[in-house]
Amino acid sequence: MDRTQVLASLSEIMRDVLDDPSVTLTPTTAASDIEGWDSMTNITFVVEVERRFGVKFRTAEIEEMHNVGDMLDMIASKTAA
Amino acid sequence: MPAIRIAALRRGLWLTTYAGEYGQYARELLDPGSGLHAFQPTAVLFALDAQHLLAGFDVAEPADVSTRRLDELVDSLGRHWHTARAAFGCAVLQQTVPPLFPTLLGNNEHRVPGSAAGVVAALNGRLRERADAEGVDIVALDAQVAQDGLRAWHDPVLWHSAKQEVHPAAAPMYGELVSRLLAAGQGCVAKCLALDLDNTLWGGVVGDDGLDGIVLGQGSALGEAYVAFQRYARDLSRRGVILAVCSKNDEVNALEPFERHPEMVLRRDDIACFAANWTDKPANLRQIAENLSIGLDALVFADDNPFERALVRRELPMVAVPELPADPALYAHCIAAAGYFEGVRLTKEDAERTQLYQANALRETLRASATDLDGYLRSLEMEMRWRRFDALGQARIVQLINKTNQFNLTTRRISESEVAALIAEPRTLTLQIRLLDRFGDNGVIAIVIGRMLTPDTHHMLLDTWLMSCRVLGRQVEEATLNLVASEARRLGAARLVGQYRPTAKNGMVREHYPKLGFAPLSEMPAGATQWVLPLDGYVARPTFIRTIED
Repeated sequence: MDRTQVLASLSEIMRDVLDDPSVTLTPTTAASDIEGWDSMTNITFVVEVERRFGVKFRTAEIEEMHNVGDMLDMIASKTAA
Repeated sequence: MPAIRIAALRRGLWLTTYAGEYGQYARELLDPGSGLHAFQPTAVLFALDAQHLLAGFDVAEPADVSTRRLDELVDSLGRHWHTARAAFGCAVLQQTVPPLFPTLLGNNEHRVPGSAAGVVAALNGRLRERADAEGVDIVALDAQVAQDGLRAWHDPVLWHSAKQEVHPAAAPMYGELVSRLLAAGQGCVAKCLALDLDNTLWGGVVGDDGLDGIVLGQGSALGEAYVAFQRYARDLSRRGVILAVCSKNDEVNALEPFERHPEMVLRRDDIACFAANWTDKPANLRQIAENLSIGLDALVFADDNPFERALVRRELPMVAVPELPADPALYAHCIAAAGYFEGVRLTKEDAERTQLYQANALRETLRASATDLDGYLRSLEMEMRWRRFDALGQARIVQLINKTNQFNLTTRRISESEVAALIAEPRTLTLQIRLLDRFGDNGVIAIVIGRMLTPDTHHMLLDTWLMSCRVLGRQVEEATLNLVASEARRLGAARLVGQYRPTAKNGMVREHYPKLGFAPLSEMPAGATQWVLPLDGYVARPTFIRTIED
């Protein structure tokens, strides 16, 4: 799965989590850009991403995710064969 | 919170929820201007996290200090409960603390005063005592975590990242636990466990295997598993759940184990309503509910047979039907885990309930009521596959002929060599019949043997006709007759002659031939009867079964 496809599935997951079909994520999207993306939403999002991609983020990694691009990088490094 | 609302909806409760602001519960309870006061709750759930509750405990402190802290903590919670109840007159729920702290000493953690893991264990015990004294209901997170494992409920990473104590994946179960209590508070709980008998309370089919042949009790692991399930059912009844029996059986056969089997835990007295007959199960469940004067939505139906479960779900969607696992060792856990019988308090009437209901039920007897089966039977996509007797099927044919007692017109037994002789005899009608449906293959479920009578070779005598009771009520009888008629004609027969020879067990097929349109031919010694059906002009009986030569 390339970066574009991963980004597309992140958007899809966030649409589910927020129940808002208009949400589209880009690598520069941060939580503050999206209405309703609070800490609860964030954890639901992170847990669902972990499940979908079969990865587990460490506490420090979750803390260091400042935007969607950070998350894409981490998924890429964890799923690299 | 969505998890609580969804789980409540499943129980027919429409819930609106309000969450206090983070860390503000004490203020919200006391402040008449708070959002909570504006909301006017009918129930308040105290879902306080472990870190918050254990703040102040210190491992270095002496045991008596730690004990005093625990007293103060429980007192302070008790005051909050009082405040909530005084302000809103509402139900109060308190969740216990999941055991999420690592141990310091290990197995004997209770010896370390002030240890978080030890305090949690002690606190949960104290919360229960206090809750009982105050009429508060416990949401037993600790007990559920013990069932599912801590990892299913708590991830320290999520705690540190977002103060999320319950893992999102466990949220549905959390909502389920809370909504069970809310529903129980509204009286929306199941009241009666309706039990199948054969392969549910014991192994085997009592009508065929006999009292000595069923698997129950000491001497076999399987038999002990059935005993354990019976014990669970009996214990449920002792705490107020009504028990009923819903079984396809002759009543006299069904009652025999209850009256005479030494290993039976359940006795006839434990069953408030006993429905053992050949009517379909939805009709019997309706009657059970009526006899006991309870709603159908208060019934839980436990049956090992997927066909019966699917039929009841389809006909009576309000009846709870647990998907019992294949292994009876797991029946009790399956029923307990679903929380059908959630209760909040025990009364003296609970213990006497079975007797009460039994007295009522005795006044009425079960009668048939109509369930429209056609749609269901059509949806089963049944397929009857038949062959003549062959070497491959020989062992099963012999077993079925010698074991079947109930749906067996003549109860003629047979030996391996007799079957072998029949295989080599093409002028005799021999049928082994399987039934397949969308649940799978039921295996060989019916056997027919028909012999051409000499010298009048146009009569075919149906020497043997038997069927497994598992497939009763599915038009297999009619489909078999269609098959017998066409095969008999092919062998040159003009008439079918059927015999019924009564035994202690086969009363259910006394009317088999007249029901299929045979005319009386003659009476024979010992109550046996003979019946005849002309094949000239025979019209195939309509069924929802497709018949295929295998």
